[in-house]
Amino acid sequence: MAATTESLPARAKRPVSQRAGRWLSNNLIRIYAVFGFTYLFIPVGYTFVYSFNNSGKSNLNWRGFTTDKWANPCGAPDVCNALSNSLKIGLIATAVATVLGTMIAFALARHRFRGRTVTNLTIFLPMATPEVVLGASLLAFFLNVGVPLGFQTIVIAHIMFCISFVVVTVKARLASLDPRLEQAAMDLYADEWQTFRRITFPLVLPGIVAGALLAFSLSFDDFIITNFNSGDVNTFPKFVWVSSLRGIPAQANVIGSAMFFIALFAVLLGQAVTRRRRA
Amino acid sequence: MTVAQGIGVGERQVAGDQGEPSAPEVSRRGRRLTPYLLLLPGLGWLLLFFIVPIATLFSTSTQTRPPGSEIGVYVQTFRWANYVDSLSEYTTQFGRSFLYAFLATGLALAISYPLAYAIAFKSGRWRNLLLVLVIAPFFTSFLLRTIAWKQILADDAWVADGLRRLHLLSQSGHIINSPTAVVLGITYNFLPFMILPIYASLERVDPRFMEAAGDLYSNGITTFRKVTFPLSMPGVVAGTLLTFIPAAGDYVNSALLGNRNTTMVGNAIDSRFLRVVDYPTAAVLSVTLMAAILLLVGLYIRRSGTEELV
Repeated sequence: MAATTESLPARAKRPVSQRAGRWLSNNLIRIYAVFGFTYLFIPVGYTFVYSFNNSGKSNLNWRGFTTDKWANPCGAPDVCNALSNSLKIGLIATAVATVLGTMIAFALARHRFRGRTVTNLTIFLPMATPEVVLGASLLAFFLNVGVPLGFQTIVIAHIMFCISFVVVTVKARLASLDPRLEQAAMDLYADEWQTFRRITFPLVLPGIVAGALLAFSLSFDDFIITNFNSGDVNTFPKFVWVSSLRGIPAQANVIGSAMFFIALFAVLLGQAVTRRRRA
Repeated sequence: MTVAQGIGVGERQVAGDQGEPSAPEVSRRGRRLTPYLLLLPGLGWLLLFFIVPIATLFSTSTQTRPPGSEIGVYVQTFRWANYVDSLSEYTTQFGRSFLYAFLATGLALAISYPLAYAIAFKSGRWRNLLLVLVIAPFFTSFLLRTIAWKQILADDAWVADGLRRLHLLSQSGHIINSPTAVVLGITYNFLPFMILPIYASLERVDPRFMEAAGDLYSNGITTFRKVTFPLSMPGVVAGTLLTFIPAAGDYVNSALLGNRNTTMVGNAIDSRFLRVVDYPTAAVLSVTLMAAILLLVGLYIRRSGTEELV
């Protein structure tokens, strides 16, 4: 593995051949990174390009350029119904999982209590269980108890697998906070609630937002668990899966690409805002 | 430990207002209760919709269908032989799942480590943008991206064409519908899960350690081997776990990019449960898959010495 360290003081004195080698190994890793990113983005590019495909039922072969599908993203039957279900499920599951997960993170990071090991294990296990097992076990449970499958069972399942990811994200943020900030607030006669509201919470907020974004993207993109527990309710990934057997309408690519650009824009905007605030 | 009381609770204020000698007692009891109140809703949810379902699944695994009953009706008979029957039927799929997951995890590590290293140490002011780009493919549905691979690796597409021209692929050879395509698809699918933890632990490495190694006449490669890489191990462990676990249970890549001879345990569970309505067999396979993964994860964590993962 070609890897070097930066700013070694001895570097300037080294012979030319060695410096050339260093230059190459420096750039080797950059070249490698370019290839890595290409690998990451080729399928995204394909999805985007094929959203302009003038295709009929199947979108596997190129049939000429058109912007019709972008002008009419709901043109294919059921695609927008599936999308709106996915958005609704994602928003509800994210809201609930973020609240529950943040509470657990605070308990773990800020309190001593019995049963910490059991709690940690209960948080870790859903992440260490393959989705197909999570899906199958929930379906077995719902069948046993007699819960009708549908919108509500999807939401229940999504909250379940999102909680752990929120806990991990928020806990990491809490662990990286400087405890002296809270001590300072207390020294300045803030009571515990004021300290929490004015100091702790604003500082943890980026972690909570990151956890919520993670939860939403996991929920929105989930197929396996949803497929087990959805009954006849359609979600966007389920729509793509079902239609992949018969041929996916290009509208699915339009929605996939649009989600990509919206999310990218939102993340970059968020970064710009935080940078400005810091400046 | 003073900070551990960072977040306040009502009790303390009430106690303060009362100003009675017994107040600290109330406060302490309140404080002892707080963590449990914070944990209750979330852990309750996980208990009801994760632990109980896993127990249900376990109980389903020893059920049998009474003779002459309807499809989908099973009763508990504690038939442990279900495990022998189902596992001997699906040994190949199990082996394949773990083989593909191992290959994909290794490939993902080989791709991700240099990438994470480049982002952490060689990207300068582009670092944040590059990080966003690592997560960005996530936003396009992973099913759509897997279907894109189906197009890219198709027999008449440029990859297969190029390989044929270079005589790396025989004229009648395929990439699509082969184990190669499945492993490539799985590798691709979970790549960000590998890159991000490795990046996170590389970013935390104090550059002064590397400078110190250089001052002690260590060359770049030795510094990497003895200083940087060991310090990034937590990220490598987290990344390999986050890749291996979903990879071993995946069935989407096998279904979309593979053929009849690439089916994994996930495919078997899916078809047994949803199509054949053979719940006990699906349950046996699920329970065994989960147990095998937990065993491997436990051994791996113990060996790598990273206890605190959550």
